[in-house]
Amino acid sequence: MRPKKQGFLILTILAVLLVGSMFLASAFGAVFILPVDIAKMSLNKLPFVNLESTWQPTHEIIFFQIRLLRVVGGALIGAALATAGVLFQGLLRNPLADPYIIGTSSGALFGATLVIIFIPATLSLWGFGIISIAAFLGALGAVFLVYNLALVAGKTPVVSLVLAGFAVGAFFTAITWLILSVSGEFQHKLGVVFDFLLGAIRVNNWLQITVAACLILSGIVLARFFAFHLNAFSLGEEGAAYLGINVERDKLLVLGLGSFLTAYAVCLGGLIGFVGLVTPHAMRLILGPDHRLLLPATALAGASFLVLADLGARIIIAPTELRLGILTALIGAPFFIYLLRRHRKEYAF
Amino acid sequence: MSELVIKDVSFSYLNGFSLRQIDLKVEAGEMVALIGPNGSGKTTLIKLAAGVLTPRQGEVLLDGASLKSLSRREVAQRIAVVPQYFYMPFAFTVGEVVMLGRTPFIRTLSGETDMDHNVAMRAMELTGIEHFSSRTFNELSGGERQKAILAMTLAQEPKLLLLDEPTVHLDINHQVAILELVRGLNRGQAVTVIGAMHDLNLAALYFDRLILLKEGAIFAEGSPSAVLTERTIHDVFGASVRIEEHPLAKVPHIILLPNESKIDKP
Repeated sequence: MRPKKQGFLILTILAVLLVGSMFLASAFGAVFILPVDIAKMSLNKLPFVNLESTWQPTHEIIFFQIRLLRVVGGALIGAALATAGVLFQGLLRNPLADPYIIGTSSGALFGATLVIIFIPATLSLWGFGIISIAAFLGALGAVFLVYNLALVAGKTPVVSLVLAGFAVGAFFTAITWLILSVSGEFQHKLGVVFDFLLGAIRVNNWLQITVAACLILSGIVLARFFAFHLNAFSLGEEGAAYLGINVERDKLLVLGLGSFLTAYAVCLGGLIGFVGLVTPHAMRLILGPDHRLLLPATALAGASFLVLADLGARIIIAPTELRLGILTALIGAPFFIYLLRRHRKEYAF
Repeated sequence: MSELVIKDVSFSYLNGFSLRQIDLKVEAGEMVALIGPNGSGKTTLIKLAAGVLTPRQGEVLLDGASLKSLSRREVAQRIAVVPQYFYMPFAFTVGEVVMLGRTPFIRTLSGETDMDHNVAMRAMELTGIEHFSSRTFNELSGGERQKAILAMTLAQEPKLLLLDEPTVHLDINHQVAILELVRGLNRGQAVTVIGAMHDLNLAALYFDRLILLKEGAIFAEGSPSAVLTERTIHDVFGASVRIEEHPLAKVPHIILLPNESKIDKP
């Protein structure tokens, strides 16, 4: 096991990288804002700091009302999806268990869509209250469905997990399309629908971000409590039981927590794939598989990854925006294929 | 050292296989093997003894306390299990895998102490794997893996060690090495051992007492020479064998008999 000091150093570096990514993503866009101004504007918000205004007032509005919202939203979504990925991978002992690939995100999307369409009063409350609860239930349902479909003799082999995840995900996405297509809202809200299905950060106000931050951060902290037990789970459910772990309880809690984080990320950004696949894998290569370091490190790295990906989505084909989920798929899908090739021994006949 | 009593235990799986009214007492410090054909219930009995399966009827007592009354953690602080095979999906080092054995003693957030490190180190020394503690577990050979798993269970400081066919996938040199280690623990560290064994000759060579299972019930039990007779082997395995005495260990040694036609050949 790596010494504590080294772990602390790595987490500090990752935190600095995250702050750097957020600066970068706040600076670029339709209007360029000087990073110095960003720093000054941010400091000015602190109590007892009163810096002389060297920046344009419009920049302050763009930064606080639009860009920062989106950057913080991206960081939260990235951290949530990456953490959910580590939780699913650790529990299912399967490095391909990304919330998007195993259908959890589609389940969440289905739950959220049901509420949005059939309880129209909540339409204005993106990501809040009953919508997020429905998304959570959808995600949880999808996880347990996929888990039970993929289970072969007490294990969830790579192939059966990916197949079950694909089938369940495709099914939930199809029903979501169906519901959206027959609803009257469809024609008027095509942009919103595409945001949801292709993945795009939709954050409207600071209240929403504050609530999301509290919930997602507590989810990540809670995940850390399971880190040690997840190490034992790498020996399988039976092996974990031999080491004194209450397997059924932990399984329920870890899958529940992963579903919760996925659901909240989906409420904020729709279907964004592969974040929970790429970042945990990269972190495992650098830090090793010990979940006690892996979980917080992956949360930070996932946040940076998504903030930068969203920056890319905004500027690659400017002035038009690429939807974020398309960009993460462009990066993540080849990576997924590479991992699948690496594990091909497991499903050779 | 712990004693284990299996009292009138019955168990059945959904697929129909069942264990019927097993009564078995393993004294503290004993080394007992469960033998019998595939599907006779050896592994099921190991899992019942480990408390990961719950009897439908009867109970399993560890030093007089029913396993049901103990938490999973309390059980794991006293009983360790070496399974046939572990698939390890992530690149843990051997040292990290051995440290997993300390799981039942470590508080979730505080992490391992110096004492945990000492216990894990001693377990690696006892099994002779300390020189590859920083290698990746998945890169080890079958025999080395099984030694690492044995070290992990030793790090659990068990009073009772359960083995589920620990040598079944190994080359003969590793089979002997693993069982030598286990017997060393039994004699030297006073660990009670119950092992499901596939190889009858190995069972006779290393274990004090054999329990022969047939179709989910105990068919015979006692010393190797009492249990391994031409008659019982024929009745349980349906195989014709000849029993000789092992020239050095003075325990029964099973000679397999091929078809008569082959024996007649010069």
